[in-house]
Amino acid sequence: MISSSIARKLAMALSGVFLVLFLGQHFTINMTSVISEKTFNSISHFMGTNPLVQFVLQPILIFGVLFHFIMGFILEIKNRKSRPIKYTTFNGAANASWVSRNMILSGIVILSFLGLHFYDFWFPEINYKYIEFLPENPDRYYEELVHKFHDPIKVILYSVSFLFLALHLYHGFASSFQTVGVNNKFSKSIKLFTVAFSIVVPLGFVFIAVFHHLNGQ
Amino acid sequence: MSESLRNDGRIWVPKKLEDAKAIREGNLKPTDLAEEDRDYYLERRYPAFGNLVPRDVASRAAKERCDAGFGVNRTGEAVYLDFAAAVIRYGKEQAHIKGLNEEDEVLVKNLGQEVVRSKYGNLFQMYEKIVDQNPYETPMMIYPAVHYTMGGVWVDYNLMTSIPGCFAIGEANFSDHGANRLGASALMQGLADGYFVLPYTMGDYLSDDIRTGTIPIDSSEFEAAEKDVKDQLDAFINNKGIHSVDYYHRKLGKIMWDKCGMSRNEKGLKDAMLEIKALREDFYKNVNVPGSQNEFNEQLAKAGRVADFLELGELFAKDALERTESCGGHFREESQTPEGEALRDDENFTFVSAWEYNGEPADAVLRKEELKYEEIEVKTRSYK
Amino acid sequence: MNLTLKIWRQANAAAKGNMETYPISDVSPDMSFLEMMDVLNEELMVKGIDPVAFDHDCREGICGMCSMFINGEAHGPDRLVTTCQLHMRKFNDGDTITIEPFRANAFPVIKDLTVDRSAFDRIQQAGGFVSVNTSGNTQDANSIPIDKHDADKAFDAATCIGCGACVASCKNASAMLFVSAKVSQYALLPQGKIEATDRVLNMVKQMDDEGFGNCTNTGACEVECPKGISLENIARMNREYYSASIEG
Repeated sequence: MISSSIARKLAMALSGVFLVLFLGQHFTINMTSVISEKTFNSISHFMGTNPLVQFVLQPILIFGVLFHFIMGFILEIKNRKSRPIKYTTFNGAANASWVSRNMILSGIVILSFLGLHFYDFWFPEINYKYIEFLPENPDRYYEELVHKFHDPIKVILYSVSFLFLALHLYHGFASSFQTVGVNNKFSKSIKLFTVAFSIVVPLGFVFIAVFHHLNGQ
Repeated sequence: MSESLRNDGRIWVPKKLEDAKAIREGNLKPTDLAEEDRDYYLERRYPAFGNLVPRDVASRAAKERCDAGFGVNRTGEAVYLDFAAAVIRYGKEQAHIKGLNEEDEVLVKNLGQEVVRSKYGNLFQMYEKIVDQNPYETPMMIYPAVHYTMGGVWVDYNLMTSIPGCFAIGEANFSDHGANRLGASALMQGLADGYFVLPYTMGDYLSDDIRTGTIPIDSSEFEAAEKDVKDQLDAFINNKGIHSVDYYHRKLGKIMWDKCGMSRNEKGLKDAMLEIKALREDFYKNVNVPGSQNEFNEQLAKAGRVADFLELGELFAKDALERTESCGGHFREESQTPEGEALRDDENFTFVSAWEYNGEPADAVLRKEELKYEEIEVKTRSYK
Repeated sequence: MNLTLKIWRQANAAAKGNMETYPISDVSPDMSFLEMMDVLNEELMVKGIDPVAFDHDCREGICGMCSMFINGEAHGPDRLVTTCQLHMRKFNDGDTITIEPFRANAFPVIKDLTVDRSAFDRIQQAGGFVSVNTSGNTQDANSIPIDKHDADKAFDAATCIGCGACVASCKNASAMLFVSAKVSQYALLPQGKIEATDRVLNMVKQMDDEGFGNCTNTGACEVECPKGISLENIARMNREYYSASIEG
């Protein structure tokens, strides 16, 4: 069944929605860092030590990320093969938005960002907990966070990535509804919601980065 | 599709010649003409049926007005199909139903246009694309045009032609529409013949051959026919003449339109026959078909069809010449009532003309299929 | 108007093909695009150049044959028109117009601007029909009550003329709009619901086998469709597909 085009699209949509949900949760938790150091530390500690989160949800999330971008590449390659001889003149802008036609590009930028983000946060966490088995310290998270945004280049890289995240979400989130078959009188409101999400969440992330950069000076 | 527009449109031309001239020159707009200056000629001539008279009557009436100088486009070949009255009528009806103010002209117009859009929106859009005028705001310009052809290959009630085992269905034959094909019927006949008739009649014919074994494919008749076709294709490709196929097609079309069209007369038809014969000879001598045979070659395909038209056209003219009465779509100027309606000659022409192939179209032999009506009395249509 | 036409010429399916440039003058703004092509072809034949082969039939926008990719858009820059309904007044004196065939892996070029769209026919044959018992037990379709909203939507979906502009416009050469229009026109009506499961599964399978790409919801197809077929149909087909996949 996973060979059918529609089934593959559904898989992209569902994995994408799953990642959007993760993003919502990640955004909410990280926003606490600009409100209360104590709250951020306690939630982060919970997420970092709770066995359900660490050994069930985390692998699922990793699988979701891998699946989404690997399937994305597979589909992109298949789609390009569907027109092996290109038009000499193709006016794609006349009928479809740039973002909708360049999801692979925004996707690659986000993937590259993920590499950087893993280097900044995930690898050190895995190292601290499961390789060096360092002692639990429920108050280390906030300091580590602020430290990471000290470097202005980092803040800029993050912010540019968040821009591409916004672009990717702007098309992808609403598109996932169409793929699962939701297209009715509520679709206008749904589009409004997804657009709001695509702007507010990345903007919020930029705000968090800049906030900690300025605060930590 | 466009026939349905006559349900609600009113057909008119200006009453005064100078108004028509002004409109043609672009100095006057139809929406500026008052009601009393408009000639709703179909309503005038045919009070009982008005704008809903059949195509042959409506076409001749449009031609008559345009020939008299009242045509409204640049070439003088157009009459107006006006929806303004329908918009107001529908608008008032909708206002009444909704309990709104029927005297509010703007409201009525909007409501009426909505109704018209829901009924004819697709046709109005097509019109606007072609003419670049908004048919919701200004009357449409229309004129009769060649659409299908009347008559066709003779077939019996089982749709078999005079060649045993060769059946002809759809618009190619004359079965359902005979002498006077009017209205959106070609598709209907194709479906009716193919779906309801042929499955039974062809099966019945083939049942006689149920004990016939395999038919050999090397028969002299087939080989002769195949050679004819191949020779003709070769001739077209190798002719390397000077005129394209379309050149001949257009010339033929003009002769047919002028002399074998909505209105015919003896001289015109005799001229047409001679002109078409000469054109046909010119075609075989001078047609240029580019390309080769064994590729996708539209010009070669067209050449074969235009070759057929060049025979059929002359035959049409001959048939029209023989039938000196007017009947249905066939209108002979020599045979009309004082009001300009078709005048039949039932005593001499109550038959279907079937033409037997005899080489040149001019030499075709007339076979009469007499029409004997037992249950009905033959009448003349009147739309007054 | 005087124009410069850049047209794709390809002698046959195996040939590589290339763009050729032809000037054309005295084009009337009231001409349709195909009339302009006819005039061009007459001039080419006089010069001994092979005329440009292109598909056409009704020349009034309802048959789905004419199919030119003009200045980077299927059926040209105007909306809700086929190539034969595109008129030269949409262009300006001195313009250069690029004309290519509808390109897709599933639409092999036959010659010049004509492509083989029998992939669409095969998709239709796979399930785009309602089976009817004609041996005397036929039920009159008109006696089954149908919700007008469904009937209207089915009718709108049925206006698809199968021209392939959707495939041509899609960056992925996806045929989803076409297939979903055909699926929808039946799926919305009681007569069509009977075979809905087999229909959608078979038609989608055929679509995939033909080598069309995947839909990524860019919406280009809906914009370029000469009949204005809606993206809603794709969502509907997705739903049909999912429930059919579960039902089996």
